[in-house]
This record gives sequence, C-alpha cells and structure tokens, in this order.
Amino acid sequence: MRVSDEAELADAVRAAKGPLIVRGGGTRDIGCPVAGAVIETSGLTGIRLYEPGALTLVAGAGTPLAEIEAALASEGQRLAFEPADWSALLGSQGTPTLGGMVAANASGPRRVQAGACRDSLLGVRFVDGAGTIIKNGGRVMKNVTGYDLARLMAGSWGTLGVLSEVSLKVLPAAETSATLVLPGLTVANAVAALSAALSSPYDITGAAFLPGTGALVRVEGFAGSVAYRAGRLETLLSPHGEVHRAENGAALWRQVAEVTPFHGRDGDVWRFSLKPSEAPEVANRLGQQVMLDWGGGLLWALMPEGTDARALARPYHGHATLVRAATETRARLSVFEPEAPAVAAITKGIRARFDPRGILNPGRMG
Amino acid sequence: MHLPQPDPAVLSNKERIVRRLREVLPEDAVIDDPSETRAYECDGLSAYRCPPLAAILPRTTAEVSAALRICHEERVPVVPRGSGTSLAGGALPTADCVVLGIARMNRVLEVDYPNRFVRVEAGRTNLSVTGAVESDGFFYAPDPSSQLACAIAGNIAMNSGGAHCLKYGVTTNNLLGVTLVLMDGTVVELGGAQMDSGGLDLLGVVCGSEGQLGVVTEAVLRILPKPEGARPVLIAFGSNEVAGACVADIIKAGVLPVAIEFMDRPCIRACEDFAHAGYPDCEALLIVEVEGSPAEIDEQLGLIRQIATRHDPLEFRESGSEAESAKIWLGRKSAFGAMGQINDYMCLDGTIPVSALPEVLRRIAEMSRDYGLDVANVFHAGDGNMHPLILFDANRPGDLERCESLGAAILKLCVELGGCLTGEHGVGIEKRDLMTVQFSPQDMEAQMWVKDVFDPKWLLNPAKVFPLSVSAGRRAA
Repeated sequence: MRVSDEAELADAVRAAKGPLIVRGGGTRDIGCPVAGAVIETSGLTGIRLYEPGALTLVAGAGTPLAEIEAALASEGQRLAFEPADWSALLGSQGTPTLGGMVAANASGPRRVQAGACRDSLLGVRFVDGAGTIIKNGGRVMKNVTGYDLARLMAGSWGTLGVLSEVSLKVLPAAETSATLVLPGLTVANAVAALSAALSSPYDITGAAFLPGTGALVRVEGFAGSVAYRAGRLETLLSPHGEVHRAENGAALWRQVAEVTPFHGRDGDVWRFSLKPSEAPEVANRLGQQVMLDWGGGLLWALMPEGTDARALARPYHGHATLVRAATETRARLSVFEPEAPAVAAITKGIRARFDPRGILNPGRMG
Repeated sequence: MHLPQPDPAVLSNKERIVRRLREVLPEDAVIDDPSETRAYECDGLSAYRCPPLAAILPRTTAEVSAALRICHEERVPVVPRGSGTSLAGGALPTADCVVLGIARMNRVLEVDYPNRFVRVEAGRTNLSVTGAVESDGFFYAPDPSSQLACAIAGNIAMNSGGAHCLKYGVTTNNLLGVTLVLMDGTVVELGGAQMDSGGLDLLGVVCGSEGQLGVVTEAVLRILPKPEGARPVLIAFGSNEVAGACVADIIKAGVLPVAIEFMDRPCIRACEDFAHAGYPDCEALLIVEVEGSPAEIDEQLGLIRQIATRHDPLEFRESGSEAESAKIWLGRKSAFGAMGQINDYMCLDGTIPVSALPEVLRRIAEMSRDYGLDVANVFHAGDGNMHPLILFDANRPGDLERCESLGAAILKLCVELGGCLTGEHGVGIEKRDLMTVQFSPQDMEAQMWVKDVFDPKWLLNPAKVFPLSVSAGRRAA
C-alpha cells in the first residue's frame, strides 16, 4: 500500500486491521523479522522549505536522500552527520529516504564531531498507531517547548509512528578536507592514535580504522586551516607510527560509512556501540576482523553465521546490534541489545501508548 | 498565573510525611520549619512565590530513591530543584509539595580523557564541570548565562543552551547518559559512556522534560578539547534589517562562528550606561566570535569582514588583544545586570527562523509602543533564539500584568512566523498557558503519554509545562 500524502497515511493506519510493515526506501531491513502488510511512504515526497541562511530544511519523509543531498550541494551545504547508504552491506535494492534515515538514526563518520542524525533533527510530523497526526519540534534550531518527541522518533525504526515530514538542521559543506593514514597498526594502537587526535584542538571530523588500510583521521574546513591542522596532526601522531596523507580520502571515508570491507562476504554483521577504549579488548574476544569508526566508539565485526557475538564480547559498556544475519538468527539472538528490566518496562509503556494496537512494525525492535 | 489548589490531605499529613522522610534522610537534609522553607519559595522567576510543605537535600542516589518512594506512597507532589535559577518558574513550589534540592550532590565521579567524558553528580554547577577539566585542556560546551550558579540537573531538565551552541549544540547534544530516579524510587540508567544507546532514545526525551519524568542524580557529559584560541569582532549597523541580513550572509558563506550575538539600540544604550564597554552609537550591533589558531582566526575574520563590508557597517572593530576581546564581550555579558539596574524586567526566550529577524524586531517595536513598555533585544542571532527584555515597574499596579500580556503577544508572534515559545529556558509555569498556541491537543496528548509512563500518578512537578486545564484529568487521577 503506497500513500501519497499525510492524510492518506493517517487513513491507512486507522483502517489497518493487522500489523503494518513501515517502509521508506526499503534499504535498511534491520530488526527482528516482521510479518504484515507493507505501507510505503515513498509518495510523501518533496522539499517543503529550504532556507540556506537559516541552515534549515523541511521535507516529506519519503523524499530520496539523494534528492536532499543534491539540493543542499547546490547551495554549498550538507547533512553534517554524513548518513550512509547501507544497501550494499545489506544486499538491498532501492534508494534511502529521509524518513528511513531518521527512523534508523543513521549517522556516519562525522558523528564524532557533528553529532548523530538525532542531533540535527529539528522536528517531525508523524502518524501514530491509532492514525492520529502528531507534530513535535519545529523548524528552528533552538526549541525546548514541550517534550522532545522528535528525538524519541529518531532510531525508533517505525515502531512508534510513521514519519510523514522531518525538519533538519543543515551545515555548510567544507571547502576542503585532508585525511591522514597511519598504516599497519593493531586495533589497540589505532584506538590510541585516534584518541590522541580526538583529544587535540584540531577539530577532527573522522576517526576510523579500516582493515588493510590503517587508522584514518580527517580534518575539514577552509584551505589554510586544513593545511595547518593536518600539519600539526602529522607531528602529533608521529609517535604512533608512520603518517601519510591519503590521496583518495573521500573514497576511504565512503568505505568506512558504508562498511565496504564486509560487502559481499559471508557471515553475520554486528555493530557495537562502545566506550572507545573498550574496542581493542572486545575485538580480541570476538577474534574476527573488525572495522572501527567514531574513534573506536563504533565497532563493526564480521562473525561466523549464527554466533552470539554479545556473549563473546562481554563484558562491555554499550550495546550491540545484529545488523545482517539470516532470519532465524535474527529471531534467535535478538537484533537489539536486551534492556534492563526497568528500562524495558518504560519502553513497553511508551509503545503501548503510541501504538495501542501494536500494529507498527510489531516486534521489530524485539 | 494559577497553581492548583494544594491537596488538603497532604497538608494535614505534613507531620507524618516529614517524620517518614527523617527516617530515611539525615537530620540536616529535611527542612520543614516555615522560616527555613521560605528559602525555596521561588526561583529566577521571582514574581511568583510559594513556600513548599518541606524541602529535602539528599546526598546520594539511594537517599533520593528512598525519599521519592515515601512521597509516592503519600501522594505528595515533588518539585525537583537544581540551583533555582530557572527563569520560567521550573522550580516554583506549591504549598503541598516537597522540594527536592540536588545541590549537595556535586561531586565529580569520573574523569575519562581517553574516552572524553566526565561523570558528575547532577547538582554540580555548569561552570565547575569545565573547572574540573580545563587545566587538562578540555571543557564542557553548553554555557547558559547563569553557568556560574546553575546546576547540571537543571540544564538537563530544561535542555539549556548558551551563547556558543551555534557550533557546539545544546545540552541534549552533549549529554551521554543519566542516572534517573523515577517517582516510585526505581533507579534507571539511560545511555552511558558510549556515543549512542540502543533501543528507544529515552535519554533524548528525558532531556528537556522539566523535571517531570524523574530526578537526575548523575550525568555522563561529553567533554571537548579546548580550541587553541578565540577572538570576537564587533560590527555596528544603522538598522536591524541590515544586521539581520549580514547574519544570514555570514552563515550562508560557510563560516560557522561559535557565537553571533545581536543587540538593538535600547539594549546597547543600557549596557553602555552600565558597563562603559565603549560600544558605538548605532541601531544594531553584532558580536561574532570565531575559534582556532591565530592564522585560522585571521582567515575566518577576513571572510567575515568581506561579508560585513558589503552591508556598509558603521564600524568593524576587531579585537587586537585579550583585553580588547574582554571589552567587546563586557557589554553583552552585563546586559541583564544593566537592565536590572534600570528596571524590573521580564526576559523572553522565543525562537524564530533567522530570516524573520527584521520583521520580528519591527513588530516588537510596534507592540512595545502599543503597550507603553520598553523592550530591549539581546539574543543569539545565529540560531534565531531571541531574548526580548520587557521593562516594567513591579511596584506600579497593573504593570506586571501588562508586561505578561505583551510577553505573550511577542511569543505568539514567534510561533506565527514559524518559531517556538522557548528556545532554551523551558516552559515552566511562565509559558504553560501558551502551549496551545504552538501545539494541537493531540500534540500535547502525545507528550503527556510519556509522563503517564514515567510518572503514572503525575506527582513530579505536575503543575508545569502543560496548561492546567489540559493536564487536569491526569493530575487528579
């Protein structure tokens, strides 16, 4: 079922007799398997407002991300949190949409400096599980009026409501960038180098570890400033190993964002959000190839099929998501980290109110 | 402004309630003598006052939990209080409430530079978080004007911002985790030292919930390495419109200053009389601050000068030294003090789309004439967060009411032009009855669902945020 505007969306949800699978571009099939009728938001398209001087963009949730990025690029701006396309990782077809990006809180390497998708989210309109249209937040950059439901919607995977419109803070695109590479480091040495970079005043916008390439550090901005900071960082990082400038920086960061090392390879893909200093030990316990982003705070692992990576990785502070695996593995191992009982009770209560009939992606988040 | 009638049952049970609180708290942590509870009768919105039934000052999360469990059983409303600096009445008591002051919980529990966070007790003041890490080259970014006094707990409750949030974001963008005590005494951990948490973003909704969902006793805060340096410029203009256009052009050009502050003529004059910062005689003044190494600062300021020159500024004053930088900021930082010298004032906090700036300033000037009250404007221009200061005389009968209705008219204008009622101060009681201007009944219903889940009996700070008529059924339940 494809809806063409918010009112139709509300009607469709209200009229639903059973579970609905909420679908934007269909590129991020993550979560526990859900059975039900598909409701597509790809008809809720269009940029409603774009004010470059106010750093604000409002668009329909079904708008393709590529269309948004093209509009921003024409004004020298961008989405600061660098949302990644995971379709190659997940083997999915289609094109990512704005709503899907928000529902997944999809954030790329620049998250270390610019925050996650949820940090750029200014407001949302959505239809709850009873078919009621609800708005929260707005189109201005500072807004503490009432509770912040926009952030609650980010990363809720369509389980609390179906997004119809989102407004985002956008930022100027950088004039230029430089990427430093430290090849041949162990995971532990890479995390130490990334931590040193992130603790410097040089405004790092990417800090990753790409297997086969090494530790990567990115700075962006005006040309003079980038040259200065890259030079300082070379000196700062030299005790950690050989440092050179990448000629293909943009391609390397795309590999990090899209988790390219694991494309087309057999195995389950796990994503750990951790205290960065824990990454080396977790990597050791997992005993498989890992890729790091966010200075080590994000660890991607390719595991033999059906492995309970959480059990192997413990103890850790943070959480793990089973991003790619066979349906029965996802059902068995729980895609999202199980919550502490008191937190789970709150989650359950919130779901019961936003989706009283339990029809929006039921069970998708476990 | 109305507050609900105190619950007679609670008032008559005062003795038992206080006795039970004394059983779980140290002697000096329970205050019930009317001469002492008076200290908690108001916050920064001092036009409204009401001494609470009692005040408690716990020192640990366990004490907070034990006290809340008793209040929950006794059905006593609880008003959490950080440092009491709220300008919106967020910590205003009712006669039947227990004020839970968090100020004694002010320790730094953990400093972790490799992972770039600190864990603090939530009563710690904002500035002293930075104080704990600055000698090692780090800082905590959100910087509300009251940062010397305000507590992290209050910052989280109101999702506070500050002058530098154009670059660094507000509290929610710098908060990694909290220890939260629910009204029934349950202790939950949300988030942690990792960058994002799994499951629903409950931390995101707790931040900015004005102490209505739980009492935050500990917080994990992101700390950042200090920039190498910072330098402001002062740019003077002959009209508000031109200054507003210059702000938009600076942002469009790709420079992201850490702060763009705007002052209009009434504000400039008051600050000048008070602080003698040497501001030029002009209609509008911008203070723009950029960060980096000296060469990076030169590069950015060069670009800003080029942009400003296109708008024919009356003056472009670049700081050449620490002393000159301090002087440029002096007037702005003393704006509120300067106003307080001349008059009583009410500080508004609406946000507007930056593009609407000239129109909003023009219409505020018209309304100011209509109501016969002066309004001075000082605000964070880069993000459209306005702080109109309405001057009035609290001793003149009718002046406060006139001031409040002018304030309401200005905030309605903000919403009408695409903005919101409050950018960083919170709703509290001050803007509570205006919520219907910005939100539909369904919008507010969805927000109240969240409170229903965290605090089913609606005992935590119950008379705030939502209009009393809207929350009536729930509060009575």
